[in-house]
Amino acid sequence: MSLAGLQNPVLDQQATFRAVMQALAEPGHAVPAGAVAGEASPLGPVARAIALSLLDFEVQFHLSPSLASAEGDLTFHTGSRRAARPDEAEFAFLDLRHDALDLASFAQGTPEYPDRSTTLVLRVESFAEGNPLTLAGPGIPGSRKCRIAGLPVDFAAQWGANAARSPLGVDLIFTTSEAVLGLPRSTRIIEEAR
Amino acid sequence: MSRTAENYRGYNFAYLDEQTKRMIRRAILKAIAIPGYQVPFASREMPMPYGWGTGGVQVTAAILGPSDVLKVIDQGADDTTNAVSIRQFFEKTAGVETTTETGKASVIQTRHRIPEAKLQANQVLVYQVPIPEPLRFLEPRETETRTLHALAEYGLMHVRLYEDIAQHGHIAKTYAYPVLVADRYVMDPSPIPKFDNPKMHESAALQLFGAGREKRIYAVPPHTKVVSLDFEDHPFEATKFEQPCALCGAKDSYLDEVITDDRGGRMFVCSDTHHCETRRCEGHLGPLGMPVTEAAE
Repeated sequence: MSLAGLQNPVLDQQATFRAVMQALAEPGHAVPAGAVAGEASPLGPVARAIALSLLDFEVQFHLSPSLASAEGDLTFHTGSRRAARPDEAEFAFLDLRHDALDLASFAQGTPEYPDRSTTLVLRVESFAEGNPLTLAGPGIPGSRKCRIAGLPVDFAAQWGANAARSPLGVDLIFTTSEAVLGLPRSTRIIEEAR
Repeated sequence: MSRTAENYRGYNFAYLDEQTKRMIRRAILKAIAIPGYQVPFASREMPMPYGWGTGGVQVTAAILGPSDVLKVIDQGADDTTNAVSIRQFFEKTAGVETTTETGKASVIQTRHRIPEAKLQANQVLVYQVPIPEPLRFLEPRETETRTLHALAEYGLMHVRLYEDIAQHGHIAKTYAYPVLVADRYVMDPSPIPKFDNPKMHESAALQLFGAGREKRIYAVPPHTKVVSLDFEDHPFEATKFEQPCALCGAKDSYLDEVITDDRGGRMFVCSDTHHCETRRCEGHLGPLGMPVTEAAE
């Protein structure tokens, strides 16, 4: 599959990055995507814009089974390669509407280099549905509520295990078709309403 | 501002090439996710010497967009050489609007100060950092300091502060005063005066730190706990001044000593030039100040 890249590569990459930066700096806050790229990509327009903005020959990516067909597109546009194993990838792309999530299967970093971990870019349906989560941690004044549609039932438990590994662990960037929402490893889920 | 990057053919927007920006951006995202941890990055040669803010410039170049408004300060001042040349650098290579007004800026690059005006959400403060490793002068080996951070073993730093108390009766460190970020990493806040340390705590703005020569990027997200290291019986105390600013009369700002003649004359004035100007425009007057209308003539 061949799709066009970003409309204006320099400015679209900058805008995409700033949205992701803001999303990670203000966890749980849905930030409008800076740019979109390729409606037809299985990644979805926002996750693909993030891929085209952050991947290059220096990093490897992982694709979940439902997104496997995006490999040629990402390799062609970014020069990045698909990692042999999930825990060798700097970035992993999953579609939570179809794929299972196992945070522990990705690179967690090392005590000396906690930054050598995988960043997960996760496609979800919306930030308006799903069980309300109450978050706390750096980037959040007091606490912040958010909703993420279609999280696996054991997500809070998996995230708790991820937080217990802190400062190691993975960082999550959720995407819909128009917005991004960040959940860095420093964020704790203090309440999950059911 | 009508100047655009097209005026500088041959340069990419904001000078750096896209591959470099992506590498820096990836480092910034990790830095935000691990508050206070120093992320290594492949720092580039910049068209200025190390020590003139190459780290801060690279971070600014990686985050800057055409709609940003940039302010650059050097020791609080908008009008000193370093600040002027970095501001002009981004005017030329990115065509962005620049300002000296703290409240109008979306990105503020700083050397050694935090502005007096309270920073707001959606503002980004970019620090120029000479030595990012707070433990470096206590332990020269990078492999060792890395292990100390991994184990959160900061006893060395407490001993260093205790030795000050033993020698001087108080913690004598007045700038680059170490802080503990989000209860985990001890961080060098860059050589800002310890007067500014409390402003880092729970700041509404995102704080990014770039060290060009030492090739490290680190960050403090908004609303993050930043505690200056101290002891129960010797609590941290921000610098206080005995006199107000000579020009604007401010009692709560950081003051620079200015020598006025060769007979020992001196005055103390706000180091934050925009803060001082704003106050004088509002009619505040210090003992040596002139009303702004007169001063302008």
